[in-house]
Amino acid sequence: MNSLVQFFNNLLRGRRAVIGVPYIWFGFLVLVPLLIVLKISLSEMEQASVSNMISWSDGWPTLKLNFTSYMFIGSDALYIKTYLSSLKYALITTLLCLAIGYPFAYFMARSPKHLQSMLLMMIMLPFWTSFLLRIYAWKTLLVSNGVINNVLMSIGIIDAPLSMMNNSFSLVLGLVYSYLPFMILPLYANLSKLDLRYLEAAADLGTSPFKAFWLITVPLSKAGIVAGSMLVFIPAVGEYVIPELLGGPSTLMIGRVLWDEFFSNNDWPMASAVAVVMILIILVPMAILNKSQAAEAGGKK
Amino acid sequence: MSQASNKLFAKSWMIAVYLFLYLPIVTLVVFSFNDSKLVTVWSHASLRWYHALMEDSDLIAAVFLSLKIAFLSALMSVFFGTFTAYALHRYSSFRGRTLLSSMSSTPLVMPDVIVGLSLLLMLVSMQHWLGFPQRGLFTILLGHALLGTAYAAVVVTSRLKEMDSRLDEAAMDLGCKPLQVFTLVTFPLLLPALVSAFLLTFTLSFDDVVLSSFLSGPGYSTMPMVIFSRARLGLNPTINAVATVTIAVVTVAVIASSFYQSHLERKRKRETALAYSDKNV
Repeated sequence: MNSLVQFFNNLLRGRRAVIGVPYIWFGFLVLVPLLIVLKISLSEMEQASVSNMISWSDGWPTLKLNFTSYMFIGSDALYIKTYLSSLKYALITTLLCLAIGYPFAYFMARSPKHLQSMLLMMIMLPFWTSFLLRIYAWKTLLVSNGVINNVLMSIGIIDAPLSMMNNSFSLVLGLVYSYLPFMILPLYANLSKLDLRYLEAAADLGTSPFKAFWLITVPLSKAGIVAGSMLVFIPAVGEYVIPELLGGPSTLMIGRVLWDEFFSNNDWPMASAVAVVMILIILVPMAILNKSQAAEAGGKK
Repeated sequence: MSQASNKLFAKSWMIAVYLFLYLPIVTLVVFSFNDSKLVTVWSHASLRWYHALMEDSDLIAAVFLSLKIAFLSALMSVFFGTFTAYALHRYSSFRGRTLLSSMSSTPLVMPDVIVGLSLLLMLVSMQHWLGFPQRGLFTILLGHALLGTAYAAVVVTSRLKEMDSRLDEAAMDLGCKPLQVFTLVTFPLLLPALVSAFLLTFTLSFDDVVLSSFLSGPGYSTMPMVIFSRARLGLNPTINAVATVTIAVVTVAVIASSFYQSHLERKRKRETALAYSDKNV
């Protein structure tokens, strides 16, 4: 028992251990897997296994890199089209989330103080209930014999059911629905800290509220806008479940391609190459996000 | 625009957003009590689909598997997340700190399909060289714990930032050993954050479908995997019933935990105030 206490004492005293435990954990589950993906993307599929990158000839190891999968992605128009279309849907989603979420966060930050924590909890609550079930719920709402069409037809607004399902409308709706809280939360955190005296000063100097909003509120909330946009954009690019349940054959998304390469075609090198290219695309917005967060943390000190 | 019409506009905008967020959830719940076999046409109220749910042994087995995985992975997530947060918060400069902080935020932003694929390929290579682990409960657990650790680290870090580091220093000055500082000072102050991290990572695991699909082996289907495979085929009223049960449990848990959190917060404030007033006596 004493030695156990001693052990934990040493563990906590030793900064090496405090740093070492998470290092090993993430190294083993993040870094190593990503390197393996990179390695497999550079090999080629052999009979139910992946070719070895290092082959032995005359007792010497030779490195054999195989760019077949990447060449295939580069030459097949469908892959390029799918990447572009994923970026397009992610961008539309981000802009819509911003258009809906910014006014919302702004009004929430201006609402009475005692209501704010409840309003915030009501934004978080759907986030806690299953994402999958909420996407499934949209399916029951949107299909041609679904709830929305039934209601609209029974009131007599429309005669024939609207086609709202398995097209880009349902896809974007599902994406906006799922990622809206990720936009609202950083924006609210930012806007609720805004010093209202700036706006009062502007009003005293004769600026109209509309102009003051664009000249003061928006620039000061830039960090929130950037963080929210990246938190929506990055996961939206690689989303799989929403395109699978709400998208259609014409709404190409790269997450679905990766899934199909892996599960249907069993082509591991191809799936890995698709993943590596996706990571390269995401790196730019990720760097922007990191930079804005670092600036935010620096500003607080 | 006048002041009043501004207010009206703000209110309607907020109500519209809340309606948008809650419309699908309300529909799910309402139609779970619908007797019709057609999910979208209302006939009359009944508990038919709840009876069907109780006889659905596949789904029930999946629910229990998901609960088990969620509980264990939440424990692991809080454990490793606290370590990560502590290391990043306590030591502001060490070699490889940037690498650790970016590795710990990778699962937060990386699309699920990439995390799932990379973990699976790593586990397959490991099995190739070492002969274990078999794909199943353990591998799903590992994936969920990885995702959860990243989230738990964020929750614990934000708490550590709020904490007064002078309390730790005071304890050390008074002769506490590092472990005692942790168990007597840091841990009680961290407890609310650990509880929220546990709840968050529990729900994340309970909700995950992509990582589980990559990491699962034959015979191990979690609840979201079963729901997902049925939802792909079409609409199924039993899903509405299981959704309603889940939503009810989660809502109660979230509201109860937020009350508990604010209770702890008030208690802590009271005790701090008391401690300061003692000093003046």
